[in-house]
Amino acid sequence: MPLPTPFHRRTSALCQSQEWREWSGYLSAITYAPTHDIEYSAIRNAAGLIDISPLYKYEIHGADALALLNRIMTREIGRCKIGQVIYSPWCDDDGKIIDEGTIARLHNDSFRVTAADPNLRWFQDCGYGMHVEVRDVSAELAALALQGPNSRGILKTISPESDWDALKYYRLLKTEIGGIPVTVSRTGYTGDLGYELWIPAAHAEVVWDEIINAGRDYGLLPAGLAALDIVRLEAALRLIEVDYISAHRAINRAEEYSPYDLGLGWTVPRDKINFVGWRRLRREQQHGSSKRFVGLEVDWLALRKLFMRADLPPQVAGRTSRLGVPIYGNGIQIGQATSMTFSPTLKKYIAIGTVNRPHGLVGSEVEVEITVEYERKRAPARIVKTPFYSPKRKRA
Amino acid sequence: MAKKYDAIIIGAGHNGLINAAYLARAGKKVLVLERRHLVGGATVTEEIFPGFKFSVFSYVVSLLRPQIIQELQLPRFGLTILPLESTLTPLPNGDYLYRDSDHYRSLRDIARHSARDAEAYEEYNREMYFMAKAAQPIIDNPAPDPASLKPGELFRLARLGKNMLNMGPERLYTLAKLLTMSAADFVEQWFEAEPLIATLSASGIIGTNMGPRSPGTAYVLLHHYMGDIDGAFRAWGFPKGGTGAVAEAIARSARAFGAEIRCEAAVERVIIRNGRARGVVLNSGEEITCNVVVSSLDPKQTFLKLVDPALMPEELVQDIRRFNIRGSSAKVNLALDALPEFSCMPGKGNHLRGAISISPSLDYMERAYDDAKYGNIPRRPYIDIIIPSMIDPDMAPPGKHVMSCFVQWAPYELNQGTWDERREELGDNVIDTLEEYIPNIKSIILGRQVLSPWDIEQMTGLSEGNIFQGELTLSQLLFLRPAPGYARYRTPIHNYYQCGSGTHPGGGIMGASGRFAAMAILRSR
Ligand SMILES: Cc1cc2nc3c(=O)[nH]c(=O)nc-3n(C[C@H](O)[C@H](O)[C@H](O)COP(=O)(O)OP(=O)(O)OC[C@H]3O[C@@H](n4cnc5c(N)ncnc54)[C@H](O)[C@@H]3O)c2cc1C
Repeated sequence: MPLPTPFHRRTSALCQSQEWREWSGYLSAITYAPTHDIEYSAIRNAAGLIDISPLYKYEIHGADALALLNRIMTREIGRCKIGQVIYSPWCDDDGKIIDEGTIARLHNDSFRVTAADPNLRWFQDCGYGMHVEVRDVSAELAALALQGPNSRGILKTISPESDWDALKYYRLLKTEIGGIPVTVSRTGYTGDLGYELWIPAAHAEVVWDEIINAGRDYGLLPAGLAALDIVRLEAALRLIEVDYISAHRAINRAEEYSPYDLGLGWTVPRDKINFVGWRRLRREQQHGSSKRFVGLEVDWLALRKLFMRADLPPQVAGRTSRLGVPIYGNGIQIGQATSMTFSPTLKKYIAIGTVNRPHGLVGSEVEVEITVEYERKRAPARIVKTPFYSPKRKRA
Repeated sequence: MAKKYDAIIIGAGHNGLINAAYLARAGKKVLVLERRHLVGGATVTEEIFPGFKFSVFSYVVSLLRPQIIQELQLPRFGLTILPLESTLTPLPNGDYLYRDSDHYRSLRDIARHSARDAEAYEEYNREMYFMAKAAQPIIDNPAPDPASLKPGELFRLARLGKNMLNMGPERLYTLAKLLTMSAADFVEQWFEAEPLIATLSASGIIGTNMGPRSPGTAYVLLHHYMGDIDGAFRAWGFPKGGTGAVAEAIARSARAFGAEIRCEAAVERVIIRNGRARGVVLNSGEEITCNVVVSSLDPKQTFLKLVDPALMPEELVQDIRRFNIRGSSAKVNLALDALPEFSCMPGKGNHLRGAISISPSLDYMERAYDDAKYGNIPRRPYIDIIIPSMIDPDMAPPGKHVMSCFVQWAPYELNQGTWDERREELGDNVIDTLEEYIPNIKSIILGRQVLSPWDIEQMTGLSEGNIFQGELTLSQLLFLRPAPGYARYRTPIHNYYQCGSGTHPGGGIMGASGRFAAMAILRSR
């Protein structure tokens, strides 16, 4: 019995498809429209509004807040100034990723962390004996992602007092929307220009209404998880439980991933010490990791041919397929593609996954498994640089 | 003199029946002799009040080995396992702790008691999955003897050792803790909410004359987590028709393989000539001869009663005398006119289709244990309840219900009076306890059956009423069960074997003992 999010009265009235799924115990729309494609287009060409309230949110306050975060996170959190947001994974002692999220510095000794999995106990236990309080604010804070090229215009309309042009990528701003105090961060999971709004749950609907009303003139649509899953893959953003397994849930070694395995080596500074997992990560940085995160472009014409031979049009995942399929190099399996989709913007069939090193250098030719009429085939593909899609406006 | 059998199995509990089925399957001519009028032993289902079927003693299954279900084709012979949906722990203050298959809902309910515990719950479950997986080879193989230098034994040991090492160091440490700690201390490494700690550690004291804070009980907890009935690790289910249906399915399978089963045929003693078992004598005086005799009774009876102890090494006799088989469990079965109404969760919901655990706190549990420890009837016992008729409607007439209350602890020996005089006092205490959570309970009881450890002994033959034919403490497991040198189903007497829960890997509706014993017998033939 999933719980309604603070926006449920609004989202359920709009959800024509009646397609819902459970996200961290909450009910989330997969699409609002009968199919997701117009929602996808809205995010890339106008604006989309996504209810991301089910994210876990923690507030960390106290004299040792920074020290605690530096103990937990791989990245140097001291670099994060007040009003700034920083992305970081966090690991266990073996240097395997537990989860990842954004850390917003609200005040000198006060931070807000987002997470995909529950982490209250981990954060509290890591802070044992420190002057710090870790609070789970997941239920108190509703959250919306307003994403797409027109998102800034919408914010300007509903909150003209704030200087939206001055709000830089991964920065934070406090404002009022419909009289409700809202924190807005220029962050998102779409790889596009976009914002995330952190709203007191009790007043969530007021803010929703303001955005939807103003959004009418900007082509705004509410967007569900299906559209989000495509844009995040175009941006090559990993998804926990799909592209990797949390070290706290992994059942065997193969399911565990270090930041280096996931292409997140850049989040592990060479000079930072004494954070959880640092020794193992130092060793891995010196000796190399065993896996490599890859982006794949499947040869669309070759793929088409495989289907045509069976007299079929290419039947590929319209949505993002989360069924992992093998990646082959020279005929042997070298890894797996974990998320795959047709990118409507790029007109390419793209995937992310992991392969065993030394395989997976950018430019190398591989094959991925494709099922045509119950028969397993292999389609040629190339390892490419990620993200697949990253418009200038994201940071501009 | 009757016709001669290859093997006679004493006792038609599930282990005796499984043993017979495997021997018959290998082409042996097999006879099972059962003292009672029906098969099943501690698993019987009986219609005590007309129309109301009680799973009289045992009530849920999980440990029954998948090999047995497959090899004896039990589904074909009628075995159906129905899911148990939930676990409810009602609390004296009107609150509750409720968990069911709705993952997030369960986590939210735990979080009401402790947000940290909700997170720890997933970690705990994962850890216990690893522990059960590590321990499974132990219950799926005969116990290796570390004192033996035979190549076969060393190989078995090495295989077990390798399996342990493959776990990785952290898990090996957890396993070491699990083998040595008390259930409560073990569970408290993760949790802080009393009802959760008490309910989880309750698995560690089932059938054991120890409290949740007694060291060694963590292993018993693991024992209850090792099942994987229908492919679901740790899940417990209710057999359609009660646990008696498990024994009946096995009996049908055994008969299909050619085994003969005779009820109301109590064995008086085993006939031994020249150090070899030759047959049995029934209470009626009838003698039946055979090549192999297998006892499914507990070690006290197998070694000290069915044969003359003088025929055995004195040290073994002393070991068996010292084997701990203290009865500590009782059972109250109720025939109900209507459904019980829980004040914490009124109405008819999924909470009535699962386990209901009266275990509000560790102190509550320890106090119940303290009463029994000194020979008293506990005023407020730990009770593990299920309502079988909610899971299998055929257990009671339409609209009526049966309720199974497993009670821990009840001493085998009272410090005052006898169980025959005081049995109903225990029943009253249980009903008074229930009334604190189910206000309508007294008004809906149509009939009740109270079974003290002494009654369990009288009815099933289990010495002292110990449900596992001997406590599942580490000192009585593996190569020590029931005694060093005799953990591999043999006895000092040629062709006289043991196959009950008193042997490795121990009690519960598991069947491994019966199966391993059959394998040992067939190998030596
Ligand atoms: C109250 C209670 C609740 C339990 N709850 C559960 C539970 O929920 N789940 C679970 O898995 N386990 C439970 N158990 C434990 C489980 O039922 C037993 O461990 C298991 O059934 C023992 O099986 P067995 O075949 O080894 O021995 P038994 O079932 O004891 O079989 C021995 C058989 O031998 C017969 N017999 C005795 N003497 C003679 C004689 N002289 N001649 C011929 N026959 C004789 C007996 O009548 C009996 O049928 C419970 C046990 C009890 C008592």
